[in-house]
Amino acid sequence: MAAYRVTPTFQRVLRAVKHASLRPRCYIISCHSQYSTVYDPHEKTFDKILIANRGEIACRVIKTCKKMGIKTVAVHSDVDSSAVHVKMADEAFCVGPAPTSKSYLNMDAIMEAIRQTGAQAVHPGYGFLSENKEFARRLAADGVSFIGPDTHAIQAMGDKIESKLIAKAAKVNTIPGFDGVVKNAEEAVKIAGEIGYPVMIKASAGGGGKGMRIAWNDEETREGFRFSSQEAASSFGDDRLLIEKYIDNPRHIEIQVLADKHGNALWLNERECSIQRRNQKVVEEAPSTFLDPVTRRAMGEQAVSLAKAVKYSSAGTVEFLVDSKKNFYFLEMNTRLQVEHPITECITGLDLVQQMIRVAKGYKLQHKQEDIPINGWAIESRVYAEDPYKSFGLPSIGRLSQYEEPLNLPGVRVDSGIQEGSDISIYYDPMISKLVTYGSTRAEALKKMEDALDNYVIRGVTHNIPLLREIIVHPRFISGDISTNFLPEVYPEGFKGHPLAAGEQRELLAAAAALHVAAQLRSQRFLGQQRVSSVPQERRNWELCVELDKRVHMLGVSRSGNSYTVEIDGEKVVVSGEWNLASALLPLTINEITLQYLGTSFKVRVLSKLAASLNKLMPEKIPEDTSSILRSPMPGTVVAVSVKPGDTVAEGQEICVIEAMKMQNSMTAAKTAKVKSVHCTAGETVGEGDLLVELE
Amino acid sequence: MALCVRALLGSAAARSLASPGRSLLPLRGRTLTLPGLRCASTVQQRVELKRRKALEGGGEKRTEAQHARGKLTARERVALLLDPDSFTELDMFVEHRCSDFGMEADHNKYPGDSVVTGHGRINGRLVYVFSQDFTVFGGSLSGAHAQKICKIMDQAMTVGAPVIGLNDSGGARIQEGVESLAGYADIFLRNVMASGVVPQISMIMGPCAGGAVYSPALTDFTFMVKDTSYLFITGPDVVKSVTNEDVTQEELGGAKTHTSVSGVAHRAFENDIDALLSLRDFFNFLPLSNKDPPPVTECHDPSDRLVPGLDTLVPFETTKAYDMLDIVHSIVDERDFFEIMPNYAKNIVVGFARMNGRTVGIVGNQPKVASGCLDINSSVKGARFVRFCDAFNIPIITFVDVPGFLPGTAQEYGGIIRHGAKLLYAFAEATVPKITIITRKAYGGAYDVMSSKHLRGDVNYAWPTAEVAVMGAKGAVQIIFRGKENQAEAEAEYVEKFANPFPAAVRGFVDDIIQPSTTRLRICRDLDVLASKKQTNPWKKHANIPL
Repeated sequence: MAAYRVTPTFQRVLRAVKHASLRPRCYIISCHSQYSTVYDPHEKTFDKILIANRGEIACRVIKTCKKMGIKTVAVHSDVDSSAVHVKMADEAFCVGPAPTSKSYLNMDAIMEAIRQTGAQAVHPGYGFLSENKEFARRLAADGVSFIGPDTHAIQAMGDKIESKLIAKAAKVNTIPGFDGVVKNAEEAVKIAGEIGYPVMIKASAGGGGKGMRIAWNDEETREGFRFSSQEAASSFGDDRLLIEKYIDNPRHIEIQVLADKHGNALWLNERECSIQRRNQKVVEEAPSTFLDPVTRRAMGEQAVSLAKAVKYSSAGTVEFLVDSKKNFYFLEMNTRLQVEHPITECITGLDLVQQMIRVAKGYKLQHKQEDIPINGWAIESRVYAEDPYKSFGLPSIGRLSQYEEPLNLPGVRVDSGIQEGSDISIYYDPMISKLVTYGSTRAEALKKMEDALDNYVIRGVTHNIPLLREIIVHPRFISGDISTNFLPEVYPEGFKGHPLAAGEQRELLAAAAALHVAAQLRSQRFLGQQRVSSVPQERRNWELCVELDKRVHMLGVSRSGNSYTVEIDGEKVVVSGEWNLASALLPLTINEITLQYLGTSFKVRVLSKLAASLNKLMPEKIPEDTSSILRSPMPGTVVAVSVKPGDTVAEGQEICVIEAMKMQNSMTAAKTAKVKSVHCTAGETVGEGDLLVELE
Repeated sequence: MALCVRALLGSAAARSLASPGRSLLPLRGRTLTLPGLRCASTVQQRVELKRRKALEGGGEKRTEAQHARGKLTARERVALLLDPDSFTELDMFVEHRCSDFGMEADHNKYPGDSVVTGHGRINGRLVYVFSQDFTVFGGSLSGAHAQKICKIMDQAMTVGAPVIGLNDSGGARIQEGVESLAGYADIFLRNVMASGVVPQISMIMGPCAGGAVYSPALTDFTFMVKDTSYLFITGPDVVKSVTNEDVTQEELGGAKTHTSVSGVAHRAFENDIDALLSLRDFFNFLPLSNKDPPPVTECHDPSDRLVPGLDTLVPFETTKAYDMLDIVHSIVDERDFFEIMPNYAKNIVVGFARMNGRTVGIVGNQPKVASGCLDINSSVKGARFVRFCDAFNIPIITFVDVPGFLPGTAQEYGGIIRHGAKLLYAFAEATVPKITIITRKAYGGAYDVMSSKHLRGDVNYAWPTAEVAVMGAKGAVQIIFRGKENQAEAEAEYVEKFANPFPAAVRGFVDDIIQPSTTRLRICRDLDVLASKKQTNPWKKHANIPL
């Protein structure tokens, strides 16, 4: 975990470095709004809204409510009782224990909260009950407004099979596939054979990549069917699946639509969401580099015609797959506010939550299609508590021991629902925040994203900033040459962190050496101690060995004042700047040029020349043989254990299944062997690194 | 003890004695200087020769063997531990005086014998060091060896400077017999005399067995190096013959055993380099003697830094655990906490840190392990740490979340009454500044023990989540309303009345109820105020702690 101290061996991780000044940061989320919308106090909407959600989206909704003068009610599980959204809301109501099925999905408790607090409307956010027609129906029965589309649209679009039929009827391009529920694995194989591989198996009720599997042959189809139905059952309480043609190497581009209850509908341009891992979005941008005005218009108009076909009202998103020839196919419609809505807000100036509230009250849209601009460029990075070195991100949990958002930078918006001290638990989505940067051009937005990521301080949990930082500077990303396969294509061996160029490595080594010297000097300065050596200790020159990535580099350091000259392989690097050893960010200046970045965390060990020479005598400690033990790669719940002691397992055979953050992960044997002992049982909660199964 | 010593010598030391000197390579240059040696006029040359020989220890071959074991030589260790060029060696010309078993032969004499002693500086501050040389007679302890150690210990006491021992010795020098045993006793006596006068640290970097183990045991801190150091009274062979137990050296007395099972060692390090560099770090926390103030270093971490994360740290449900180390790390300077005994009795956390540059001792119940209860091991661990801090003027900051003493026959039979009393005793007698923060539970006798106001706590704070009570609500209600109905109602009433900081606050048993995020700021401010605290206990020959 990311807690570092200045140890004698000096394993300090140098975090990203940029600005020369280190202004105090604010912890509580605030939003550098780019909205052009006015909040008309005379336009009466609701007095009190209950937000049936948690985390950043609950905070996001509360913010707009505050601007509109609407009182807010937060609901929360017991573990969330001191969460940010609870503090921000005017009232809070506990709806049950931590598991979502007992709290945020607990309709009875939420209906009770509405009754007791007298909320007139409910904003569901995304996920949870946002696309639950039963919830919308119960609200309607109680005369409470649902801030979203009506039940009919939720039902029609929520069901992927029905939505496809409606889309076809509305003359929206659709993907070839089977328009019905698949009953069992064998039928899945049969249908897959008819459509032709590859195929995509997905949950009929699904969304967000959950319950979704790609299969390239019969065997994978069977396995995919099993996983998807389990995941669908646990995530949506509905295990119906469907199968369709899988479009290889597509882009994922979606159109934001906004419609009112009077038959008006607008398209608010597109969002490019192709950078995904395991079908979940990581980096999004608006607009897309790929669309030309003609395609954009065609997609927008099809999206609007679909919205009109289901008498859609409120904000919604029509997702398309776009192939390399700019053919686009309807994927699904999300009848809710999307996670990535902020980038649309940035380029259009609209406050989508405000529009949703207005529409729910029955107001007509304020805008016409020609009023919708594309102003500048916006990028969103989803900052997750996950380890990007494991399959581009396996959930990690923990407590944010230090947390500072880069809100001091211009053009940065951070939507988050956590603060320093918050817990990232296994119960909920591991998203820390949505980091959005906005600029007049794409290049400007990207540059701001670089700075923002470099100035983001997150400690206590493993996070994916190293991966985000690499994506946004990758030449393929910069040129816009991306698809949903971007990550596996660019990092076929998995993500390994930032590869240091020679110059960067020198700068990193120099910074490490300078820090080491500064720490050494400080540890010799005692205040008020009489009994220190009278021999002057102020050294000016050091010979150091810096170990980076198992290679030892010889460095010479000389110091004058606060400036350190580090000599590496005959090259001189000057490290100077206003910094101290307690800073989380070290704004160093190197060779008069601002140090670009060190995005990835690098472990650096600095030793004196003597220690380094003796260090060679130290035996290498043999790490534990991990092929015969299976440890949990992440915290989660054991769903199934497929082996018992004495069984013989083949390499790659499934040993157990762990569910974390609603994803089922199959744990497989690393070698063919006999099972020695099993240390987990189905239903048990395990932590990262816990021993699951031992092989002989 | 003689039997034990001989038994353990069975290993390395005895082997090296079996063929004394034979494996020694002729010293490079010896043939050149020999003619000069005969010529008595050149004392200078003889000095040079002896010096060179002393610096070579047991010679090249034995040095190689030492390195092959993953260990550094005595001198390499001293060089790493001390500031460059600061080591001043004493007694380099001392030789053993044994004349039995062929020991009087020239080739069996090593200038300096099997230990390197002297003084030097760590980050500019004075320290006395002895480093046992395994390459000379397996580091075995001769009369001369003991005498060298005693000399620096006496000096250290006179000038008031810590003593660091780097232990790497096969045991007693069997050829010397009782003289060697006398040497141990001389060292033990000095360990005891120096106790509480200057800090004493033992770093076990090789074998340390038999009677020899009592010297580290008497010092303030015993550290070990993983995989290369062992501490035991008798080795595996004797254990096998006496109790018929099969046990390896590592299992019997390795670093893992002593840092997690026995509690004999305070911490273990990866290898010699890690150990010695960490020791330099650790040394910076300690005062030079009981007459010196604890060191204050330059601090870059603002003393008035708020820690917003602490406001939400203590979970809503009183039964849910949290990590006390989260509190400690976020409050101290730069999250720099040197934990003592991190793997032993984990239900209490003790260690050193700095507040605004000033060394403090931290004691905290750890709710994550066994609910943070006090049991035999945690009481003893806490008590010894508190007494060290008190002996060396280091303020004590105590974080309290304790549900009570651990019940059960194992604890009662083991003497929890007697051992729990040690922690109570240690907190009560301590006269250094004592600051206490009750973060959640402070129940029953354990509340009293944990540096309460009643034991002369200088500043006692409660967080709003604090509950100071005789016991938890459920247990209390079962006693007060035994056999009555409406227990749930009564429990709610009890919670309302007692499960909060007010009962203690209205009586002045806590000085203030503070916002957790301000804890660092408040402690730093209090430490400034308490810097001039003067308190003495009644005159006594010595106190009688319930051992």
